[in-house]
Amino acid sequence: MNRLLEVVATGPMTTVQDLGRPGRGDLGVGRSGAADRGALRLANRLVGNPEGAAALEVTFGGLCVRAHGNLLIALAGAACPATVTGPLGARWPIGHHSVERLPCGATLQLGPPVRGVRTYLSVRGGLDVPPVLGSRATDVLAGLGPDLPAPGELLPVGPLPDVFPAVDLAPVPEPADGDLVLEILPGPRDDWFTPDALRVLCAEPYQVTTDSNRVGIRLRGPILERAREGELPSEGMVPGAIQVPLSGQPTLFLADHPLTGGYPVIAVVRSDDVDRAAQARPGQRIRFRVASATTTPR
Amino acid sequence: MRLRRCGDRALLVELDDLGEVLPFYDALAASPPEGVVDIVPAARTLLVRFEPPATPHAIESALRSVRPVPGARGETGEVRIPVVYDGADLKDVAALTGLAEREIVAAHTATPWTVAFCGFAPGFGYLTGGDPRLAVPRRAESRVRVPAGSVALAAGFSAVYPRESPGGWQLIGRTEAVVWDLDADPPALLRPGTRVRFTEAARNRHEPAA
Repeated sequence: MNRLLEVVATGPMTTVQDLGRPGRGDLGVGRSGAADRGALRLANRLVGNPEGAAALEVTFGGLCVRAHGNLLIALAGAACPATVTGPLGARWPIGHHSVERLPCGATLQLGPPVRGVRTYLSVRGGLDVPPVLGSRATDVLAGLGPDLPAPGELLPVGPLPDVFPAVDLAPVPEPADGDLVLEILPGPRDDWFTPDALRVLCAEPYQVTTDSNRVGIRLRGPILERAREGELPSEGMVPGAIQVPLSGQPTLFLADHPLTGGYPVIAVVRSDDVDRAAQARPGQRIRFRVASATTTPR
Repeated sequence: MRLRRCGDRALLVELDDLGEVLPFYDALAASPPEGVVDIVPAARTLLVRFEPPATPHAIESALRSVRPVPGARGETGEVRIPVVYDGADLKDVAALTGLAEREIVAAHTATPWTVAFCGFAPGFGYLTGGDPRLAVPRRAESRVRVPAGSVALAAGFSAVYPRESPGGWQLIGRTEAVVWDLDADPPALLRPGTRVRFTEAARNRHEPAA
């Protein structure tokens, strides 16, 4: 029997993600992929998938799925209450970062996460939706990749990998619920700002606003003063780039950032910390700290 | 050439002008250093993204040894794009350039353009090298919806909108040429280095005048 994952409800937003489509910057196509790449990788490793297999990225919980065929699943990223309802009506909770069975006909319901934003649901075999330009990632800014899953949709599950799951449970730190400390590397355009701007960026916390998504996080905090006027000729951007528009309020780019941008980037969050940034909740505060030589690379 | 750190997984190669970007891109793309996963050419820079085990130091020295050869690009042929010149901003462009509408058409079709880089949206090529009289700024207010196939001008560039999207460029015409096709390999018709010649297409007889 074909194994399928039926989408019953998506919550605020659910997308299919893998590790994206790098190498097409010359065509105007960004990498995209899971916002919290480490969490996607872990969810896949737990069920014995290749790390880059496609899984669901669930934003603020609310997902409900039904198994067609017996499925092996794992949840990673933001922990949320997860309840399985068996085909005969029995209900039981399942754990986070652990290998779990979703028997044929059973549903899995995710509540809202207590900390963090994005939860990853992997299925042994991976989601086998048609790839677009070599990836099953949905780039919400470029409008590339699979459509957002809708209730009633049946997502095909790929063939079982040869590798068996190696562990049952992976203890990893939960997303922070207090101030999030992210390490930054100054530049590439710190010289477009007053000498004081970098100190200001690191002195006071910045608040994550509700105007945040897979493209980036709009931050609210002390204004970063520009030292020069004018427009920067558009240049390539990276995840973690802290771009400063004319308002002086920075935006921290995430997975679906614009490929190029014309506002200067004062600093870039260290790649290991971008995953943690992707779990920052609206209202949460971020403290930036210049990475010291001993922590770069970690 | 100047190198700027862009986090721990990318370097920004800063060059003097647009004319240096393409030769550098060609040389780099022909033999990318080990560990390089993406190259994003832009107006005056190339962003070079890499993954471990490559180190910033190794990528930096590899970039410093790139030897671009100006004009080395082989003739890759020309893409011809037929355009109906009836864009909504033709009058504004005439006012901005001091050219008559027919002179705008003549200038846009007279000289070949070259794709300098892609950005803004998948397959959106920034075309350079056209008639300098056509250099106009973006519109003061950008449109929420620009139809696919719109042919436009801004900041010294010309472009064809690959898909319907918001946009702030001055619209001078439209084409039925498909510049972004996911079933094609590569999906973008206009890639860095592609030469483009616009030709004037007659408006379809059955269409009402715009």
